[in-house]
Amino acid sequence: MAEYLIKNGFVFDPVQGIDGDKKDIAIKDGKIVEKVGSGAKEIDASGKTVMAGGVDIHSHVAGPKVNVGRIFRPEDKNLAPWDVARGVRRMAGGFSIPTTFRTGYKYAEMGYTTVMEAAMPPFFARHTHEEMRDTPILDQGAYPVFGNNWFVLEYLKNQEIENTAAYIAWLLRMSKGFAIKNVNPGGTEAWSWGLNCTTIHDPVPYFDITPAEIVKGLIEANEYLKLPHCMHVHSNNLGNPGNYETTLDTLKLASGYTAKNDFGRDQVLHHTHIQFHSYGGTSWGSFESKGTEVAEYVNSQKNISCDIGFVTLDETTTMTADGPFEHHLCELNHLKWANVDVELETGSGVVPYVYSPDIFVCGIQWATGLEIALAGKDMMRFHLTTDHPNAGPFTRYPRVMKWLMSTKARDEMFATMKNEDKVRDRTALGGMDRELTLSEIAMMTRAGPARVLGLSHMYGSLTPGLDGDVAVYDYNPDTASDPEAIETAFANAAFLFKQGELIINEGEIVSNGNKRTLWVDVKTNENAQVERDISLKFSKFYTMTKNNYEVSAEHYLANPYVIEIDATQ
Amino acid sequence: MDTVTLTIKEQPPLYLEAEVFNPDALAGKTAQEIADLPLPMGNTVCKVGDYFTVAGKGGATAAETKVVVNGDLAKVKYIGARMSSGEVVINSSTDMYVGAWMTGGKILVKGSVGDFAATAMKGGELVIEGNAGNYLAAAYRGDWRGMQGGRIHVKGNVAADTGFYMMGGEIVIDGDVGEHVMIHADGGKTVIKGNAKSRLGGQMVRGEIYLFGSLELMMPGFQHVGDVELEVEGVKATFAEYIGDVGERHPKSKGQIIYGKLYQKK
Repeated sequence: MAEYLIKNGFVFDPVQGIDGDKKDIAIKDGKIVEKVGSGAKEIDASGKTVMAGGVDIHSHVAGPKVNVGRIFRPEDKNLAPWDVARGVRRMAGGFSIPTTFRTGYKYAEMGYTTVMEAAMPPFFARHTHEEMRDTPILDQGAYPVFGNNWFVLEYLKNQEIENTAAYIAWLLRMSKGFAIKNVNPGGTEAWSWGLNCTTIHDPVPYFDITPAEIVKGLIEANEYLKLPHCMHVHSNNLGNPGNYETTLDTLKLASGYTAKNDFGRDQVLHHTHIQFHSYGGTSWGSFESKGTEVAEYVNSQKNISCDIGFVTLDETTTMTADGPFEHHLCELNHLKWANVDVELETGSGVVPYVYSPDIFVCGIQWATGLEIALAGKDMMRFHLTTDHPNAGPFTRYPRVMKWLMSTKARDEMFATMKNEDKVRDRTALGGMDRELTLSEIAMMTRAGPARVLGLSHMYGSLTPGLDGDVAVYDYNPDTASDPEAIETAFANAAFLFKQGELIINEGEIVSNGNKRTLWVDVKTNENAQVERDISLKFSKFYTMTKNNYEVSAEHYLANPYVIEIDATQ
Repeated sequence: MDTVTLTIKEQPPLYLEAEVFNPDALAGKTAQEIADLPLPMGNTVCKVGDYFTVAGKGGATAAETKVVVNGDLAKVKYIGARMSSGEVVINSSTDMYVGAWMTGGKILVKGSVGDFAATAMKGGELVIEGNAGNYLAAAYRGDWRGMQGGRIHVKGNVAADTGFYMMGGEIVIDGDVGEHVMIHADGGKTVIKGNAKSRLGGQMVRGEIYLFGSLELMMPGFQHVGDVELEVEGVKATFAEYIGDVGERHPKSKGQIIYGKLYQKK
């Protein structure tokens, strides 16, 4: 394999404490190394920024609800021009729900090399893996959803953590999943009864268990299994005025738990798209940001992390396993709505949404995300996401970086809003003059997510021995003064390496790489009860058999990469 | 005002996507520059000069540019699409997407147009001396934003799905119209001087339809609420007034429920 030497770039690697020093980065045999031989191919990175490949901890890029979005929004294809096939690139299109090819190319152009699909219904895991297989370049993994799963609800109702864990280990193996996702715990099951859970104490109909018990039980099962990533939660009451109290209640459930794993992860709970969960007020009229309050609680607890879910003020497509929320959204904007119930496991909904800078609620949502990030202290635990495509397409990450790094850029956005005064009045953002550094951006976009995913031995840093994932951006931190340069540079990586292979050369994609699919195989003690329960439920309730349910790695996964764990006590 | 005259010299094997045949794209350009502009056809991209002779030049701005297109344009799409000002004259019949997404200016078609003319039109004026196809002034596939402003006058007949998801603006049809007029509409006005078939105003939330001729079948979601004297397009007459579609969500304004309206001349 070719050797490369990336010379003279401004290197930002918070893991090694390198903060913009001019250094050379060497790559050999797919890994970062101390040095390479004199025959190595040299890449001139002088005047450019060098970082590890980006890692996205939460994005909806594959699976049935993404595809429902693509099918029921042909007009989304009109919002972005089609990329014609050229060189190694296939034809690609779509704006908020891009095709699999565009997903791979656009992430690569932003210098990202690893992207986690944040919600995989196990029943449709084969489809999810098929789409990931068609997404070029990126290493990927998917989180099966557990928060509304009948097995989990029944075991946790009886406080059977070992059975819950054995079931989760089985399902991760069946679906080739990576982590435990928990969406609107109990609420999506309640939605099957026309109800919802909006606080952590609302009982789930029939199962008579509360969201609080589900969250705590899944944290315990996660640590029992010693998984790389922690329990990944989208808490109850998303998007509603006053919901920050439910969020704080949920975060407090993690208190007292300590992470148990061999992956260097300290967190037991990751709260996703926390921006959508940080609102005050009692109605849409009195809607306001409580971002600072939520950020301060995250600051105070080292065993939790979050990603933000920045609103980018675009026309986009919302999609979530939070079925009741999507119905609620459809009643607010009267646009088209798709709802799916996935037998015994989960549900989902899809609704288009236009975040207009002229609507003050949208303006406050935009400001809330930025407020949370700027009130964050340990940026290794505050990650950059847009909950793609819910708060905005992932292609806007460079724009979010611009807002985070420049008060001027934020003021320019404020100035375009019809209700600027009201938005400034209801959020703390206007009074914040913090501008994030490139080191902090590297924490939010690679080092931090890699650490919380339990993948810091592969990604997120340029430490020798890690994967040769390196992004070079045409951005000179010494001379750049125009915030627009941030957005342009981080949307158009000059060079990108994935596992030591040159993917982008001078701004052009030259290889589709050799993507891998990460999954977790946990060995647990034999559990006859869980085995019997699974057989019984499949024969009694499921419309497919176990044989049609399992995702076989060799047939469905591109370069399966298994992480094996022994959880037999 | 400067004029650009485009005359087709041979018929293409596939349909041409003439996205540059509008004052915005041609303003400030010489005949040679215009002949070199891209003209997609199938999965290839030709040049305007491959199929058209170009005479004259573009004006300094779109507003000072008039585009005249001559010859058999049956295999040419997108003429006048996305234009914001200036003038387009099409001297014969042409294919789909005439004046789609236009925001201003004026288009005169001396023949007929294909489907999807004036898709999501926001402003300006479109006059069609012949007939129009399906989905006149409709929303793009999947979209919920049909015609939002401007005026369309069709002197002939119009096919089905006119004003699908219409939100504003005005359509006047001198001839007859096909099924599905102003389905899902949330505003706007359509005047039909000829006859209509069926399903006028299905799932309509707001907006107005004026029908001078006959209607084969009235939607069950429309209720007759009385007769009114109106002057429509210079004609004074008594019209039967219907409100609907009563099966739909209807917004309230000043305590009053807002319905779609259908007026049929008695």
